[in-house]
Amino acid sequence: MAGKPKLYYFDGRGKMESIRWLLAAAGVEFEEEFLETREQYEKLLQSGSLLFQQVPLVEIDGMKMVQTRAILNYIAAKYNLYGKDLKERALIDMYVGGTEDLMGFILMFPFLSAEDKEKQRAFIVQKATSRYFPVYEKVLKDHGQDFLVGNSFSWADVHLLEAILMVEEKKSDVLSSFPQLQAFKRRISSIPTIKKFLEPGSQRKPVPDDKYVETVRKVLRMYYDIKAN
Amino acid sequence: MSGKPRLHYVNARGRMEPIRWLLAAAGVEFEEAFLEKKDDLKKLQTNGDLLFQQVPMVEIDGMKMVQTRAILNYIAGKYNLYGKDLKERALIDMYVEGLADLNELISSNFFQPADKKEEHLATVLDKAATRYFPVYEKVLKGHGQDFLVGNKLSRADVQLLETILLVEESKPDILAKFPLLQSFKAKTSNIPNIKKFLQPGSQRKQPIQEKDIPRLMQIFH
Repeated sequence: MAGKPKLYYFDGRGKMESIRWLLAAAGVEFEEEFLETREQYEKLLQSGSLLFQQVPLVEIDGMKMVQTRAILNYIAAKYNLYGKDLKERALIDMYVGGTEDLMGFILMFPFLSAEDKEKQRAFIVQKATSRYFPVYEKVLKDHGQDFLVGNSFSWADVHLLEAILMVEEKKSDVLSSFPQLQAFKRRISSIPTIKKFLEPGSQRKPVPDDKYVETVRKVLRMYYDIKAN
Repeated sequence: MSGKPRLHYVNARGRMEPIRWLLAAAGVEFEEAFLEKKDDLKKLQTNGDLLFQQVPMVEIDGMKMVQTRAILNYIAGKYNLYGKDLKERALIDMYVEGLADLNELISSNFFQPADKKEEHLATVLDKAATRYFPVYEKVLKGHGQDFLVGNKLSRADVQLLETILLVEESKPDILAKFPLLQSFKAKTSNIPNIKKFLQPGSQRKQPIQEKDIPRLMQIFH
């Protein structure tokens, strides 16, 4: 039974959000089952569906896939968003690695104390504007094309847009010194599948709130403190 | 310009070690340029050699590659250690990412405060024995083949061997309950390229010594 991919995760961004973005960008409809209780999680554990006892889990093409990166690689390749050859893949992997590191600083943000949040916000903005955004700005400037790699829409473009929007949520004018990225953001946001995903009512998840944090802590029994970078 | 890949990192395992393993397993000779002081890193940064100002960096096929996963993906793809199709790649990726998580847990012990190190290590070893190694034991049992995926050597096998040996350095009998992993370890260690890499004098790096820590920290901080 082919069916639609089915995503198992919390009703929130976390590590599943990049997967939602990529499926949406590829125009692939998907279903979601949200983990809300410890019992649901334990049932999932007992079913043997979670290879390393962790979510994200995506049921796709007869596989129960875990490990965010494995899932993203599979979707990217299947839907031709992974470049046309090894060298384009190498570039995409490098670019995605950078945006993943950047979004990684934001991933733990909701779990931080109020004081640490302020420190982390400054850290995120500093890294975005001094280490990451300049790289993509330069890539776009140097080749003058619409997309990061191979003059063709790829996973790298989707991931960068996701990262830009996430950082903007921390500082709305963060792109002020990056004209190429501003144009990139407008362009990629207007691609039909992405435009649809950015509209209210889509499966895109909002900025994580306290309720999300509470749910994750409860389901995973993750009560220890998370430290800022 | 020799044409061999050239690895830029400190003279230690760190994030470069899986790359050394994979190149060695693929039978690819490589050169290494070690960062010995902060200036060495600064020089690479000012030269624009490091896309995100970070190492590892590997010069390979005219590219200055950064990001460990990107480098590993490229090497695996180039040397046919990445499965024969998308589905095999999916399995390999799942297995490799699980091992990367375990490796990360082990490496993070290094950064734990002194009074928490022992407890942390115990937790990590418990995860190795209950969350990770049982998975690979079960995979091997399920198909009865010598290799994890597609009855053929892949990066997943190389990474699994690397991780087994790493964990054994902290707990030599970690494989006591995993007979198939024991024979996997023996067989994979005997593959000529890997056997060579496991011998003294190879480019495989040893665990960090206490005395090297200040020098290494100083390069990055």
